Amino acid sequence: MEIGLNHYLILSTILFAIGLVGIMRRKNLLLLFFATEILLNAVNIGFAAISHYYGDLTGEMFAFFIIAIAASELAVGLGLLIVWYKRHGSIDLDTMTSMRG
Amino acid sequence: MFEAVAFYLFAFLTIVMFYITVTTSQALFALTALAAGMIFISAFFFILGADFLGAVQIIVYTGAVMALYAFGMMFFDTTRKVKEKNGNKYIVVGLATLSAVMVVAIFMAPIVSTNIQVFYPEIEGVGNTQMVGIVLFTKYLIPFEVAAVMLLVAMVAGIVLAGKKMDLSLTKMNAEQIKEIEEKDKKVLS
Repeated sequence: MEIGLNHYLILSTILFAIGLVGIMRRKNLLLLFFATEILLNAVNIGFAAISHYYGDLTGEMFAFFIIAIAASELAVGLGLLIVWYKRHGSIDLDTMTSMRG
Repeated sequence: MFEAVAFYLFAFLTIVMFYITVTTSQALFALTALAAGMIFISAFFFILGADFLGAVQIIVYTGAVMALYAFGMMFFDTTRKVKEKNGNKYIVVGLATLSAVMVVAIFMAPIVSTNIQVFYPEIEGVGNTQMVGIVLFTKYLIPFEVAAVMLLVAMVAGIVLAGKKMDLSLTKMNAEQIKEIEEKDKKVLS
């Protein structure tokens, strides 16, 4: 049985949906970051598959830039998270409702 | 044949690992499962012939990103169980709708756009890594440099944010000095 482009796109969809579920039901900010990584990886699979099946390297290039963006997002996000934890002693999302009137 | 077996095996493993990441109540399980899932994803890149991307995936994600998460988790209390939201009907409905729309969009996109043109076709007899180098340093040179600057900025930001007061060693101070610092902090924060 031949594995086609649609197989990879279905897999990418499933992984993206898993990441979305993670973002929606998690309260811990660190695990929200994990879910974001899942989303980025799901998109990367789609890009690599399209790049392969169309014989074009543009998709792979975008995957590289997505990896770079994921790495820098993580560095800044984790720094902010550490600062927040030092100040408030918790990284739950519910503690971040200080702007509620 | 082998491609199909490898695809289904790694698809199953990746989905299971990411499902564990999303549902487990232990942060350490989530971290480990995520690292495993990243490695399994690099297998897809190798199957697809994107060797360099697979190597980058392993090095950057499971090498750098996961190590950074592991260091970050040392700051947080990970032994505590993670509390999760109780199911809200509106959220579930919204999630289901969003996912369905996304599935349809992804399936329709390749079918609708049959007039896709190849920008940078692969050259015969040139390996993937070499081809990536050729395209990256000719067509995508400026985005590449911008990405490098962005990584530098992110590194500086990470050091500045996480490295505050790291020159102070709590183990070398006596109790009064620590109390003094804590009171100063309280004044600044309040």
